[in-house]
Amino acid sequence: MEQAIEKSRLQRFLDGDLWHSFKRNPVAIISFIVTVIMIAAAAFAPLIAPHDPFNLAAIDIMDASVPPAWQEFGDPRFVLGTDDQGRDIFSTILYGARISLIVGFASVIFAMVVGISLGLISGYVGGRTDAFIMRIADIQLSFPSILIALLIDGVARGVVPKEMHTDLSIYVLIFAIGVSGWVQYARTVRGSTLVEKNKEYVQAARVIGIRPLTILWRHVLPNVMGPVMVIATIHLALAIITEATLSFLGVGVPPTTPSLGTLIRIGNEYLFSGDWWITIFPGVALVILVLAVNLLGDWLRDALNPKLR
Amino acid sequence: MALLNINNLRIEFPSRHGTVVAVDDVSLNVQPGEVLGVVGESGAGKSTIGNAVIGLLEPPGEMTEGHVLLKSEQIDTLSLEEKRKIRGRRIGMIFQDPLTSLDPLQTVEQQLVETIDLHLKLGEAKSQERAVDLLRQVGIPEPELRIKNYPHQFSGGMRQRVVIALALCAEPEVIIADEPTTALDVSIQAQILELMRRLCKDKQVGMLIITHDMGVIADITDRVAVMYHGKLVEEGTTEKILGNPDHPYTQSLISAVPRPDVRLRRFPMVNYIEEEGERTKDLDLSTHWLGQARDFDAVEGPLLSLKNLVMTFVTKPAFLKRNRIMFNAVDDVSFDINQGEVFGLVGESGSGKSTVARMVCSLYTPAAGEVNFAGTDLTKIKSQNELDYYRRQMQMIFQDPFSSLNGRMKVLDIVAEPIRFHKLASSNQEVEQIVMDLLDHVGLGAQAAVRFPHEFSGGQRQRISIARALATRPRFLICDEPTSALDVSIQAQVLNLLKDLQEELGLTMLFISHDLPVIRQMCDRVGVMKMGKLVEVSATEDLFENPKAAYTKELLDLMPRLDKLSHEGLELEDA
Repeated sequence: MEQAIEKSRLQRFLDGDLWHSFKRNPVAIISFIVTVIMIAAAAFAPLIAPHDPFNLAAIDIMDASVPPAWQEFGDPRFVLGTDDQGRDIFSTILYGARISLIVGFASVIFAMVVGISLGLISGYVGGRTDAFIMRIADIQLSFPSILIALLIDGVARGVVPKEMHTDLSIYVLIFAIGVSGWVQYARTVRGSTLVEKNKEYVQAARVIGIRPLTILWRHVLPNVMGPVMVIATIHLALAIITEATLSFLGVGVPPTTPSLGTLIRIGNEYLFSGDWWITIFPGVALVILVLAVNLLGDWLRDALNPKLR
Repeated sequence: MALLNINNLRIEFPSRHGTVVAVDDVSLNVQPGEVLGVVGESGAGKSTIGNAVIGLLEPPGEMTEGHVLLKSEQIDTLSLEEKRKIRGRRIGMIFQDPLTSLDPLQTVEQQLVETIDLHLKLGEAKSQERAVDLLRQVGIPEPELRIKNYPHQFSGGMRQRVVIALALCAEPEVIIADEPTTALDVSIQAQILELMRRLCKDKQVGMLIITHDMGVIADITDRVAVMYHGKLVEEGTTEKILGNPDHPYTQSLISAVPRPDVRLRRFPMVNYIEEEGERTKDLDLSTHWLGQARDFDAVEGPLLSLKNLVMTFVTKPAFLKRNRIMFNAVDDVSFDINQGEVFGLVGESGSGKSTVARMVCSLYTPAAGEVNFAGTDLTKIKSQNELDYYRRQMQMIFQDPFSSLNGRMKVLDIVAEPIRFHKLASSNQEVEQIVMDLLDHVGLGAQAAVRFPHEFSGGQRQRISIARALATRPRFLICDEPTSALDVSIQAQVLNLLKDLQEELGLTMLFISHDLPVIRQMCDRVGVMKMGKLVEVSATEDLFENPKAAYTKELLDLMPRLDKLSHEGLELEDA
């Protein structure tokens, strides 16, 4: 009998308003499908990609700058053409999206962990701790986030020994993008925490004697996660763009591990010599990915908080 | 033909979980100069009727059957534009919250003159004259001067008078008042109701007044219609309905109203309302975990003794301590609570009674004074672990059942949390068994454990709160307005439950309320607080019969008179 009353998580989700709103929103469905396809394509790149752009033995310089297959001088082996070194553009996009997504997700998670922790502490403890954390956030907000990412990247290059640059550059990138984005989370979480900590269920936990860290983890955190998920989705799109921007500027991942940003940069040099495909296709892939994630984030925001419309 | 006729009204709210019938086959009529009360508990559909009459039904609600006639003219089929013309001109409206019914950016004059000119086309000068005259009629002193003021410059009661003036300004034939005094203090409520009744008689206006409050009904109405789950269960003269109700729902509703004049042993006949059943399983407390001997120290003298308690809040924060502006929320409060006693703390909002409760259970640290519990001054204890021993002995039940339970946790985990934290049971299996017994004991049934709080009604949630508070096996329970967010019949059930538990478990209680009739039903002794100070402490019956402090007398005089209500079936407490 108890089993009959107890609903599974899946059942509760399917009954819930979120799933209902998703079902009725074609934009959300399409962007969700596109996002899933792109993530899957990137994740299974070694299986899908017709060529391995990192296998130097398989790359032939004679295949350099081949236009897309449907154009004159096109080669059916290279559907979207090749770059200046003879790498297949389609395969490189798959591998590049992989780096972009890894950096995007990792830096979002990093920013979330830092931002949520500081936001919870700031809101719950209050007083001078709160003032201190929030002033740092204010100071950081007065710089453009790309500048902060550049700054961290630059400092890291100065500090880390030269021979480790290639190995560490992706971690530095994640750290730089993550640090430049934590403020959003901290502010939102702090605001929700201020509301939640005065609710009676938190006071009830305090009357029982539950310690502050447990209260934050068990009671406050689950109740402030709604808006955080919305920011995280929108931030993911932003992080991917930031990564592409940094790589485009040449301070991101090294050219040997191409991300979408590096591909666009490489193609940019050949744009005026007529080899448009090297830069356009990675650019389109980036736009589609970011647009899909962004639309998904917009839908999530509307669905979770109809008043924000 | 009456002034306003509502015939066979049916209103449906379609939703994706099925259609909700908010109002089902309701017929009412209002004569000129008559006040008809529509009474019912939340969800009874009473406000929906009012909204349907003025054509402001909130989507997706729709009238599927019946019609509304104003002086024999059908008004529910009119176009939006025509309905708009009737609103304000022929049907006036008074809503619950006077602050939100007035435009804060316009002076009272602008709002009144605009409305008068729009409906009566008198021209500016005449409209202005009429506006001043209206304010005089609703009892606003110096109307010529006050008319230039903005809404925020009026007090709550005065603001509601302005709203009434606004409702009257086009000389409507009917006035719909939806909970017109719920947001006001009791003293102001009496004046406003008197005013509304007089205006209604003088101008031969028909009034439909929607309320949940039997006091309002007793004060102002000529006839009453009782609503229950969208249906009209009984209608008749006020005297008849209050004094000699026929329908069992009306009878149980009236018997559940806490009386200011007598003390009941228990509230009778409250089972009509379909909450989950009363006790489903009785526990043998001599053997059950809940009743087992507790390892608390025996106490000589009072269990709780407060000495010169002071609490200060910062009203203007500043970085440096000396620049802060402080305010004494609780100022030099001392009282004792004996073992097994229910001590009431009564006062208006802002009197500091909740702050006292929060200091007792260490949520706030007092600025000065002692909180002696079982002979130990809790304010002197620094170690959390040592404090846990005392926390286990005292628990608190909060006011708002919707925010006092964490919506992300199952009821099982909510009630089990204190047991697990204080390690009061040896195995997880035992914890679950105890939780289910507790839920059974508070009348919810063990199946409640696997559900989430949002699946329960307010009264049921309050039962979950009570189960959680009992889960540490406390000997002292603090109840902070435990029923003020509940409907009157649910309130009666919860108060009955608290009374039973108190007797069974020999609990000592601090019971906080702003509601004197409730205090009279629950408490042995009462303390009266005003602006952070304790003005009187007396035995309950003494307080009600011979109040000592002037402020207590004032509070008692403001209580709604409910002499008209039927006393049938009430069990009085033996004196």
